[in-house]
Amino acid sequence: MLGIKRSLLVSIWFMFLTFPLLVIRVNTVENTVDWRFMNMLYVGVGSFFLSFVWRYLMERRARGGGRSGGQGAGSVMQRVLGEKRIFYPIAAVVALAALSFPLFSDAYQTNVMISTLLYVMLGLGLNIVVGLAGLLDLGYVAFYAVGAYAYALLNQHFGLGFWTVLPLGGLLGAVCGVLLGFPVLRLRGDYLAIVTLGFGEIIRLVLENWGDFTHGPSGIANIPRPGLFGMDLSIHDAAIYIYYIVFGMVLVTIFVVNRLKNSRIGRAWLALKEDEIACQAMGIDKAKTKLTAFALGSTWAGFAGVIFAAKTTFINPACFTFLESALILSIVVLGGMGSITGVIVGALVIVVLPESLRDFPQFRMLLFGAILVLMMIFRPQGFISTERKKYEYHGAADETPAEGE
Amino acid sequence: MAAVLELNKVCMDFGGLRALDEVSLRVEPSQIVALIGPNGAGKTTLFNCVTGIYDPTSGDVLLNAPGGESRRVNGLKPNKVTELGMARTFQNIRLFPSMTVLENVMVGCHCRMHASILGAVVKGPGARAEERRVVDFSYELLRLVGLTRWVNEISSNLPYGAQRRLEIARAMATEPYLVLLDEPAAGMNPQETDDLKELIVRIRDTWSKSILLIEHDMSLVMGISDRIYVMEYGRLIAEGSPKEVSENPAVIKAYLGEDLDA
Repeated sequence: MLGIKRSLLVSIWFMFLTFPLLVIRVNTVENTVDWRFMNMLYVGVGSFFLSFVWRYLMERRARGGGRSGGQGAGSVMQRVLGEKRIFYPIAAVVALAALSFPLFSDAYQTNVMISTLLYVMLGLGLNIVVGLAGLLDLGYVAFYAVGAYAYALLNQHFGLGFWTVLPLGGLLGAVCGVLLGFPVLRLRGDYLAIVTLGFGEIIRLVLENWGDFTHGPSGIANIPRPGLFGMDLSIHDAAIYIYYIVFGMVLVTIFVVNRLKNSRIGRAWLALKEDEIACQAMGIDKAKTKLTAFALGSTWAGFAGVIFAAKTTFINPACFTFLESALILSIVVLGGMGSITGVIVGALVIVVLPESLRDFPQFRMLLFGAILVLMMIFRPQGFISTERKKYEYHGAADETPAEGE
Repeated sequence: MAAVLELNKVCMDFGGLRALDEVSLRVEPSQIVALIGPNGAGKTTLFNCVTGIYDPTSGDVLLNAPGGESRRVNGLKPNKVTELGMARTFQNIRLFPSMTVLENVMVGCHCRMHASILGAVVKGPGARAEERRVVDFSYELLRLVGLTRWVNEISSNLPYGAQRRLEIARAMATEPYLVLLDEPAAGMNPQETDDLKELIVRIRDTWSKSILLIEHDMSLVMGISDRIYVMEYGRLIAEGSPKEVSENPAVIKAYLGEDLDA
C-alpha cells in the first residue's frame, strides 16, 4: 500500500517536472500552444512503474551492501573471470571474433571498432595512473594530443613515417607525463585532479593558439595513413589495416599492463594508492613511483594519439577537449578501476552505446548520462572489480600453520 | 658494541610547542627497548622523527648498521631510512586494505628487490627467480607471525590482532636490523598480547633484531624489555631496567600523580 502511495507521488512529481518540456509546445507558425496531455500520461505511467523497479533495486542494494560489493550478477561474472578454465576460452573466442571482425563488417562498423580499440588503449593507459596508482588525472587527453600532433608535425616537416613516429609518440608522451608529474608530486586527490585538468587545457590552448607551429584551430590535414610496404590501399582496406594495428597494440598493452600489475612496481603503485605514509615506510620512493605511473600511463596515450592521427588523417585541437578526458576516465571508472577486463568492457560500453543510440538523437546523451548515474549508484566499483592475484608457496617445507594462532 | 640507534639531544618544535626536548636514547643490538609515558608525552613524535616523517629541529639521530656503517638520518626521507635498515609499524594500523595478506608483505620487500619496469614486463629468468624468492620469503614471515592460513585473504578482512601481526611481518619484510613498534598490543585481548610478547622475543632471539617499542600495556613492557625509557611532556624522566623504572618515584608520580602526604 505504502509502495503504491509512494509511486503515485513519484509519478505526480515527474509529471510536474516534465510538464513544461513534454506537454507544452508553442507553435510559432500559427501562434498557438499545443497541449500534449498524452505525453503527461506516458510519463506518469512510466515513472509509476519504474519507481517500483527502482525501489526493488535499492532494497537489493541495501541488503547486499556492506560486504566488498560483489553480489548477484557481479559475483557470477567475477567467478567466471576468476576461473582460468572458463576465462581463457572466453578470451580466445573474443580475440578470434575481434580478429575476424573487419572481414564481416562495413567501413562504418570497422571505424567504430577502431575507435573502440583506441579507447581500450587509452583506458588501459589511464588505468595505470588512476586505477593502479590512484592518481586522479583529468588531463589525460593532453598526452593523446601530444602523440597525435607528434605524428602530424613530424610527418609534415620531416616526412617521418607512421612506424618511425609510433615509438617516438610514446616516448614524447612519457616525457610529457614526467614533466607534468614533477610539479604535482606533492598533490593528491582533488588538488591533483585540478592541476591535471589545467594541464590538459593548457596543452589544448597551446595547440589552438600557437598558429605558426600547430596551424591553430584549423588543424592539420592530409596526414598519411600507415604504409604497408609501399602498397596503395583503398580507404576501406586502410581502415582494416589500421584495425589490425590497433588490435595488435591493444594486445601489447594488455600484456604489458598485466605484467606490470603483478610486479614489484605494480604492487608499489597499489600500495601508494592505498596508504602513502605506510608505503613510504616500506621503503618505496614515492616520487619515483608516481613518476613512473605518470610516464607509463601517458606512453600509451602517446601511442594511441599517433594511431588516431593516422586513422582520421585530420586533427585539430577540438579533438582533444576535456570531454575526451572525461570519457576515458569514465571508461576506467565504469569498467572497474584497476581491472583490465573491466576497462575493455567499459570502453565497449562507452563507445558503442552512444553509437547505437544514434536512432534517438535527442535522448542520446540523456540516456548515456542516466546510465552513468545508475551505474554509480548500483555498481560503484565498476562492471568488474579487481581481483588480486593468488600466490602459491614454492618452499620446501609446508607444514601447517604455526604457533600463535 | 655500538648502539644500533642513538639519539643525541633531539628536539622537535611545532611552532611554539616543544614536542621533544633534548631526548637522548640508545638501542643496543639485539635488545628490546621500551618507550613508555602518558598520552601526549611525545612518544609517537619521537618515532616520526626517527623514521623520517618529521625532520627534528635539532639534535642527531644516528643509525649504526651492525656491520659498522654509521649514518645520521635526520631529514632523510622515510623510504631512505627504511632502506638503511629500520622498519616500523603504526599505532593506528596502516595496512594496504585491498591487497592480500601476502601482497602486503611483498610490498615490504620492495626496497630489497631490483626488478625494473622493463624487467617486470619481459619477466626474464632473473625477474622470475626474484619474484619467487620474494613470495617464499614473505610466506616464511607469515609463518613466523602465524598468519599462513590467511595468505590470499584481503588484508582488511583479517581480525584485529592478526592485522597487527601482519604489520609486524610487513615491517620485517624490509629486512631491517631495527624494528620500531608503535603500540603493537593496542586493542588486543590478554591471549593475543601473550602471543605478541612471545613473537617479539622471538624476533629478537632467532632473527637477532633490535626492537624499540611504544606500549601502554605494562605487563608486556615489564615482561620483555631489556631497558625502558619513560617520557613525560616531551622529556625523558627516567631510564633503566624494568625494575629500576618501576621503582622510580618520578615515574610513579607521572603515572599516578603526586602523593598527597608528601
